[in-house]
Amino acid sequence: MTRPDDVPHPGADAAPGHDRALDAEVDDVVETAVEDEVRAAVRQAVSVSVATGLYGISFGALSVVAGLDVAQTMALSLLMFSGGSQFALIGVVGAGGAAGAAVATAGFLGVRNALYGAQLGPLLALRSWHKVLAAQFTIDESTAVATAQRSRRAVRAGFWWTGVGIFVLWNAMTLVGALAGDALGDPRAWGLDAAAAAAFLGLLWPRLAARAMQLTAAAAVVVAAVLVPLAPGGVPVLAAAGVAIVVGQVDARRRPAPGPRPGADPGEERS
Amino acid sequence: MTTATVWVVVLAASAVCFALKLAGHLVPEHWLADERVARTAALVTAALLAALVTVQTVGDGQALVVDARLPAVGVAAVALALRAPFILVVVLAAVTAAGLRALGWG
Repeated sequence: MTRPDDVPHPGADAAPGHDRALDAEVDDVVETAVEDEVRAAVRQAVSVSVATGLYGISFGALSVVAGLDVAQTMALSLLMFSGGSQFALIGVVGAGGAAGAAVATAGFLGVRNALYGAQLGPLLALRSWHKVLAAQFTIDESTAVATAQRSRRAVRAGFWWTGVGIFVLWNAMTLVGALAGDALGDPRAWGLDAAAAAAFLGLLWPRLAARAMQLTAAAAVVVAAVLVPLAPGGVPVLAAAGVAIVVGQVDARRRPAPGPRPGADPGEERS
Repeated sequence: MTTATVWVVVLAASAVCFALKLAGHLVPEHWLADERVARTAALVTAALLAALVTVQTVGDGQALVVDARLPAVGVAAVALALRAPFILVVVLAAVTAAGLRALGWG
């Protein structure tokens, strides 16, 4: 950090004067605060990684139950690496949906990662090839931990530790689950079909705080239930995304026009 | 789907998901910072997840079916309301459905 009095002192080897002692003390305090924040970010990253990694077991087992083999299941955790999209893809494949519907559903659920990337870009301030690497680790949890930090070092520590930590554990646990799922036999006897539904509910739950989200989710439930007997597999889920887009447009029209607002107050409430 | 088709789906969907992640890091910040875009994306995510819950709970191919999955998801909802961790929620749902089926229902 640069302070007005942060100039080289003549005679660095001379006995420390009062100002230099104070400078050193301030530097130490700042340095200690940043290091404490980095350590806290790493601790948070590790606990989030362990919790998230564990449910990689359920993904691995459910993927095999849905009809993917172990290699395909691992490819999803290694290459796609986004829980919601992975569960959605195996859900559509398991329900006998069309290939296009499976890709589209996984893709739509991955759109939020693009928004996370845009949010993280300026916070992480990475060089170009580091951005490519960071992109793969851009998920719900790494974004949540990184954006909760204040100093850049803590933001970076939180992002990389959470992203890489979850990546390693998620893949290891996916393999455990896939091998176990293979050995289980009839998935219904183990309640694994209900576990898949509960997994989606668990991903949805934290997003239901706002009223608009609750209404959209309720509308999506109705649309999906009505369309199951009428439309081919995969369509009921995609149709629900259409509902959300309509709700989003209607909702936006009821709000003040977005874009540059001359009188916009930085402290303005955003919901 | 054949094994080859599933591979195509897995690789194509993974490429789409990675492209989305990378796009976020590369596009100018103000682009996606538009509140409408962010709100609509959040709504789409919630809607997709709610629809997936529905299809997984009462869907059976092209039919709507009430079986052991519905009470299992009810138990999961109660567990989530009580702030249970994700893995416990999933396990409770599985145990509920497995238990009901062992008793001969659903």
